[in-house]
Amino acid sequence: MSSRIPLAYNPKVLELFRNPVNLGKMENPDAEALAGSLACGDMVAVYLRIDRETGIIREAMFESYGCAANIAASSVMTVMAKGKSLEEAWKISWKDISDDLGTLPVVKSHCGILAVGALRRAIRNYYKDKQAPSWLPEKLTPDERHAVEEERLLEVLTKRAKRIEAELTEEAKEEQ
Amino acid sequence: MIYSDMSRDIRALLDSHGVPDKEVYLDSENSGMIFPEALEAMRAAYLESGQGHPAITNRKGWEAYETLYTSTLALAEAMHCKPDEIAYTHSGTEANNLAINGLAMTAPEGRKKIVISAIEHLSVVFPAEELKNRGFSVVKVPVDREGFVDQEALAREVDKETLLVSVAPVNHEIGTVQDTRAIIEIIRDRDPGVKVHLDACDAFCKVPLDLGASGADMASFSGHKIYGPKGSGALYVREGIELKPVLQGQLSTQKLWPGVENVPAIVGFSTAATLMQAHAGEYLGRMSRLRDGLIDGILGTVDDTLLNGPSGKKRSPDNANISVLYCEGEALTIELSLKGVYVSSGSACSSRILEPSHVLLAIHRKYEEAHGSILMKTTPFHTDEQIAYVRSCIPEAVNRIRSLSPFGRGG
Repeated sequence: MSSRIPLAYNPKVLELFRNPVNLGKMENPDAEALAGSLACGDMVAVYLRIDRETGIIREAMFESYGCAANIAASSVMTVMAKGKSLEEAWKISWKDISDDLGTLPVVKSHCGILAVGALRRAIRNYYKDKQAPSWLPEKLTPDERHAVEEERLLEVLTKRAKRIEAELTEEAKEEQ
Repeated sequence: MIYSDMSRDIRALLDSHGVPDKEVYLDSENSGMIFPEALEAMRAAYLESGQGHPAITNRKGWEAYETLYTSTLALAEAMHCKPDEIAYTHSGTEANNLAINGLAMTAPEGRKKIVISAIEHLSVVFPAEELKNRGFSVVKVPVDREGFVDQEALAREVDKETLLVSVAPVNHEIGTVQDTRAIIEIIRDRDPGVKVHLDACDAFCKVPLDLGASGADMASFSGHKIYGPKGSGALYVREGIELKPVLQGQLSTQKLWPGVENVPAIVGFSTAATLMQAHAGEYLGRMSRLRDGLIDGILGTVDDTLLNGPSGKKRSPDNANISVLYCEGEALTIELSLKGVYVSSGSACSSRILEPSHVLLAIHRKYEEAHGSILMKTTPFHTDEQIAYVRSCIPEAVNRIRSLSPFGRGG
């Protein structure tokens, strides 16, 4: 169904929508990443300031083009990541975020997944020009793949729209 | 499923939201407001004249029958049809389903093609698509950038295999007022055996609609769309058109919909239609003026905004649908809700499939434009002061949502 399903949020989602925590663009972050796409209407940017000696995340910030759940999930993700080592932060799951929010409506779980996908992508970016630690999986984790899938959606949908338009034009030509 | 999926504590959510000092309800697309007179007439019907079962032989039954009959006469006058051509349902959705499925059950061999426009309501799209599982084919005729049906494409698609063409004279989402007369002429010209269904839920009492003269075979109506009660609807079925009921059960006074008629709801529906007709000039004039106030106000004060659908007389008098770029629609509906302005959005963020409104995509809106859309509908109940309040709230709400965003103007 399109756009008409009940989305009663937990009050914490509404509170974080009103007063997001760690919102904004960070100047000169040590790591950053963007996840999501305009096609699915959800996009998160994550910025991390990292203590190079200890690998502890000193600051985590986000920006969001998305719904209330996306904004709330990103807030919670940054709160959870702050103060953790990169290895600990890597282990934050979308389930942790959903639980912290008092569980998201099922259709909104992807917002939590996207926040985690963005965080993990930022951590990977941090190690791009460094020796990757042993705990960092070589292959993409499911949360990361989900983010990639959402990004590909734009491509898929655009291709489909173009194909339909081409078919219609072709049919119109055949008729004439 | 819906209840377990929902927030565990809806009361806590509402308490957290709070009741804004000012409230303006602009979501009549999804759930309508009601004329106090219609509610009053329903109250009388519940407590007195409409208590009985209109097909039962006792005084209360005959009273209910009289009430039903009187209401139907008034509705038939408003619809320009005969009382016997009205089949009651309990919503516009049910009327659309009855039209499509009821006709499909009578389809002769070789007539199994259903033609709809690309911007029909989902209560037309879904039953049509479901029929694909029963040997029917469905064709969606494209529309132009304002939502007008491509008449050449329509002419190409209608042929001797076509069972039904279904088009809404007024689109529910972007307010496009179709040239229904031209559309019906094209269909009749291609093949007189094709049946024509109009989803008139958004046209009734808002634009001229003369069913008798239109040549349409069926037309759907919804009570709440004309500020009558929810739970009321009707399907006009032209004399001589055969349909089969889609629900089975004891038929009452109705040929096509089993169960006890909701007489009080029908009374409210009929009262609303009578009021809309009696005050058409005043109400529609006010609605269009307030609609333009919303559209011009928003387009004039907020950068990077687009009107979805046509403007002026080719647009439904109540419809204001605007895309706000760099602004996610669901977030905007919540931000506005906190200010007491209640609207809906075509954003995918409130859908299960991560796709925004099919209507907005059909008029070639890009995904980001569709995600940032808000839909508002004016009614006879709205005042200039309320619309001025909405206009004052929107720039601030848009700025806040854009300020959260990693790109575009907010970045």
